[in-house]
Amino acid sequence: MGHFASFSDFLQMGKHGLYVWLSYGIGLIVIIYNIWSVYWDRRQFFRQAKRRLKREKRSV
Amino acid sequence: MKIKFPKWFYQLASPRWFYDITSKLLPWFAIAALLLMVIGSVWGLAFAPADYQQGNSFRIIYIHVPTAILAQSCYMLMAIAGGIGLIWKIKVAHVIAKSCAPIGASMAVLALVTGAIWGKPTWGAWWVWDARLTSMLVLFFLYIGVIALTSAFEHIASGDKAAAVLALVGIVNIPIIKYSVEWWNTLHQGATFKVTEKPAMPSEMWIPLLIMIIGFYCFFAVLLMSRARTEVLRRESKTDWVKLLVERY
Repeated sequence: MGHFASFSDFLQMGKHGLYVWLSYGIGLIVIIYNIWSVYWDRRQFFRQAKRRLKREKRSV
Repeated sequence: MKIKFPKWFYQLASPRWFYDITSKLLPWFAIAALLLMVIGSVWGLAFAPADYQQGNSFRIIYIHVPTAILAQSCYMLMAIAGGIGLIWKIKVAHVIAKSCAPIGASMAVLALVTGAIWGKPTWGAWWVWDARLTSMLVLFFLYIGVIALTSAFEHIASGDKAAAVLALVGIVNIPIIKYSVEWWNTLHQGATFKVTEKPAMPSEMWIPLLIMIIGFYCFFAVLLMSRARTEVLRRESKTDWVKLLVERY
């Protein structure tokens, strides 16, 4: 497959497996964190706004 | 003197119009980002040839370079949006500037961390106090400063203004990052892509890099629009259209 002769070669990356996979792993974590924080922020807004709106309606 | 801008410029300034148009754009950028980033990383990891000097550690380039470029473009966008907000008092511009900061900070962190991991097998050290690395660290601190200033004031408008001024002043760091590898003696290698020259690597290496860069830009667009949309809702929460959205949620 591609550049590497076997899948274990692919995982080992010569002697650089640890460095390469660590980089891609951290990259994936940062990407997921960014997506998660967008969702969390949006949910947080709607929950707070909903509560505020209910309070306003009760007081009117 | 009164400058006349085209109609779209004023529309862009309307939070509601911004909210509607981004909901149409978002899915396309999301699909493009997913496709490009998957193709780019599989290509870069499994199919690109190894570097004749650095071996396979060079594959870190496919994360390191896109995030480093993005961290800088994001900063420019943040500073320009802040400046537009200061001059023309456009609400959406400040929203965009505020939304840029956490994304840019995370990209700067990723560029620094992947750089450190790449540095270990290549230079024998995780970190050196060299001009490129230090100016990149300064970029990260500028983002942190902008984030802190934005939320340090009771009035949203004061935080926006203070953050915009800091972002504009911090622009001086951008050319320092770019030319640091030329002005000072550095361990860091020169630019991979130059406008005037062909890349110094074979196409099997730089095509996946280009794909990753475009993919990361699309991903950035998705994050920026999503964050800005929530911020628009937060700032417009007293308007009828936002109240209606909240009721339906």
